[in-house]
Amino acid sequence: MRALHHFHGGIHPEEHKLESSGLPIARAPLPQRLTLPLQQHLGSRAKAVVQAGDRVLKGQLLARAEGEMSAAVHAPTSGLVLSVDLGAVPHPSGLPDLCATIEPDGEERWIERATLDFCALPKAELLVRLRDGGIVGLGGATFPAHLKFDLKPAQAIRTLVLNGAECEPWITSDDRLMRERAAEIVQGIEILRHLVNPAETLVGIEDNKPQAIAAMRQACANTGIEVAAIPTLYPTGGEKQLIKVLTGKEVPSGGYPLHIGVLCSNVATAYAVHRLVNCGEPVISRLVTVTGNVRTPQNFEALLGTPIEDLTKLAGGALPGSADYILGGPMMGLHTSNGRLPVVKSTNCIIVKSPQLFPPLPPALPCIRCTRCADACPADLQPQELYWFAQARNFDKIRNYHLFDCIECGACNYVCPSHIPLAQYFRFAKSEIRALEHESAAAALARERYEFRQMRIERDKQEKAEKLAQKEKAALAARQPAAAPVAPQDSSTQARIQAALERAKAQAAAVTPKNMDALTPQQQAEIAEIEARRARARELAQAQDIPHNSNNAD
Amino acid sequence: MLTALLVMSAIALALGAALGYSAIRLKVEGNPLVDKIDAILPQTQCGQCGYPGCKPYAAAIASGEADINRCPPGGEEGIRKLADLLGVEFKPFGNETAGPKPKSVAFIDENVCIGCTLCIQACPVDAIAGAAKQMHTIIASECTGCELCVAPCPVNCISMVPLPQTPQTWKWQYPVYTLAPVK
Ligand code: SF4
Ligand code: SF4
Repeated sequence: MRALHHFHGGIHPEEHKLESSGLPIARAPLPQRLTLPLQQHLGSRAKAVVQAGDRVLKGQLLARAEGEMSAAVHAPTSGLVLSVDLGAVPHPSGLPDLCATIEPDGEERWIERATLDFCALPKAELLVRLRDGGIVGLGGATFPAHLKFDLKPAQAIRTLVLNGAECEPWITSDDRLMRERAAEIVQGIEILRHLVNPAETLVGIEDNKPQAIAAMRQACANTGIEVAAIPTLYPTGGEKQLIKVLTGKEVPSGGYPLHIGVLCSNVATAYAVHRLVNCGEPVISRLVTVTGNVRTPQNFEALLGTPIEDLTKLAGGALPGSADYILGGPMMGLHTSNGRLPVVKSTNCIIVKSPQLFPPLPPALPCIRCTRCADACPADLQPQELYWFAQARNFDKIRNYHLFDCIECGACNYVCPSHIPLAQYFRFAKSEIRALEHESAAAALARERYEFRQMRIERDKQEKAEKLAQKEKAALAARQPAAAPVAPQDSSTQARIQAALERAKAQAAAVTPKNMDALTPQQQAEIAEIEARRARARELAQAQDIPHNSNNAD
Repeated sequence: MLTALLVMSAIALALGAALGYSAIRLKVEGNPLVDKIDAILPQTQCGQCGYPGCKPYAAAIASGEADINRCPPGGEEGIRKLADLLGVEFKPFGNETAGPKPKSVAFIDENVCIGCTLCIQACPVDAIAGAAKQMHTIIASECTGCELCVAPCPVNCISMVPLPQTPQTWKWQYPVYTLAPVK
């Protein structure tokens, strides 16, 4: 039994897992339309490689990874591309983004699915396959997998951590996945182990999922993978928190787990890696928990691009009194009223809201500096101070309080007796700081270009002035030929040139052409002809010499 | 008494010499205040402040010749930072200075462009590519939105296009929520 550790703080919100964890995973039928946002990952948007009117097969590439941090997007079914245009996407801004819309033809015709022999493949090639297979962190962060597992030669990984904690209330998709498809997850883990070659591999699962723990333990028997049951505490599923619990190591402020020899990946990501490598299927579907105010909460295996209201209908439909949805969990999820939004790679849960389940927060009161938020913060921050500086827009100070270590978990909101939406302030401050950094980088570029231009103009001016001065001098000289005759070429120089020419001629004469003996008469005739042509060319060149030269002098 | 006086004046002389020496030896090239002010200015190089570029305006502020509220692209945030740096009061934009506009980039209607190169000569950051009698185009990522190329164009083919907000450039807003009345 592994000795477990504690991270700072944490909270115990109501779990609400049993609602949806009882029923097996159901496959969602083909919807009428699929909407695939081209950005379903952290980083830059993928670049579309199809156009409206194209016919695509299931699993065919729709958009390829563009730029350093990006991942590919594939067609979840066969059909017709209706458009590649702006459409509604699950994003907190509510702004539209580029999406490919597909009308399924119902035939579900696959592309040719090639499995990979990952042991024989060079690691760099395997990483490229992960990128082109659209593999990103499916726990919600959507960080492209090919970057996470791209280790420099000097970086050794001691521990590979598989995240099956699923600490947010209501969500059960990883739970069901581990219960029903543990063997496949383990096959995916084996591929990740091959990539990073860790000394130990740990799977962390919260102890409120006993069946998942049992299933994973069974599947991991004799593989050297250790399954650890960890205490249920929000947010154990945070990367840094889970690493602390399992290994006792702290990821340094502003650093990554890599810096302490640990890599952390979600179990759903491992499953997706298995599908890609061992079945040749890119990421085109995912498990989604549909729960909250619906008749029969359940987990669905849904194609990416399926509208969320289709899934709520499959779950027996929203009960009366429903209003709006949460995509993700109630602590960190995205609230939206648009039921047409598509399922994307980060959509692990759809919660139908109702005022009974999620009563509106009472009005906020001023901060009383009770420091309950600091006690609850899993990143060991001082949320009350961060709040103070964010409110005053004091962005220099707020960085000193390690704003960027905040994981936006909302634990501080949850405990605050004054109901202050603290995490919202931190999101605001982070995005302001990022924008300011972007602006100052742009200003630095502009300054550099401006200064270079000034320098260039100055240089041009000087060069022009010099040229003018020279010309004037020459003109002056021309007017007084007696005083400064145009110097004939130095006789010694000319003599030297002459000597060099002689030498070259002598050398050319000394060289006897090779392969000249034993020529057939035909070859001799050819050579004679070529010599004649050369002589003619020389003559012509001499004839044109004079006009040619005068042209040059112009 | 006399020794004390002598010791004190010897110390004073020695320190004075050290100070004088280091003042010459460790002299800072350029004007550090101008550079600090220039670092705050947005480098749009638009001249809306009445000076031919950000650096000249920075020099004018440093010498006390210009006010801190003359840079519209810097916005109120910029004025606030300048006020902080110089230890003076914040000053809102005056009547003679236009307020900040949404960030935009220049756009050349390439069907109308006659390739006269006038805009290239006007651009302070070399963000226009083109040659004589060839169509010109803006390198949008380098354009600071200074508008200096708009006026010189003889065929009016340059317009300023506000940058659209996308999910990639969007920012979280300052939280808005109801506050309980305090009794
Ligand atoms: S919990 Fe709320 S009231 Fe207490 S210190 Fe934190 S922000 Fe202030
Ligand atoms: S949201 Fe940030 S500050 Fe608040 S508890 Fe979570 S990590 Fe700490």
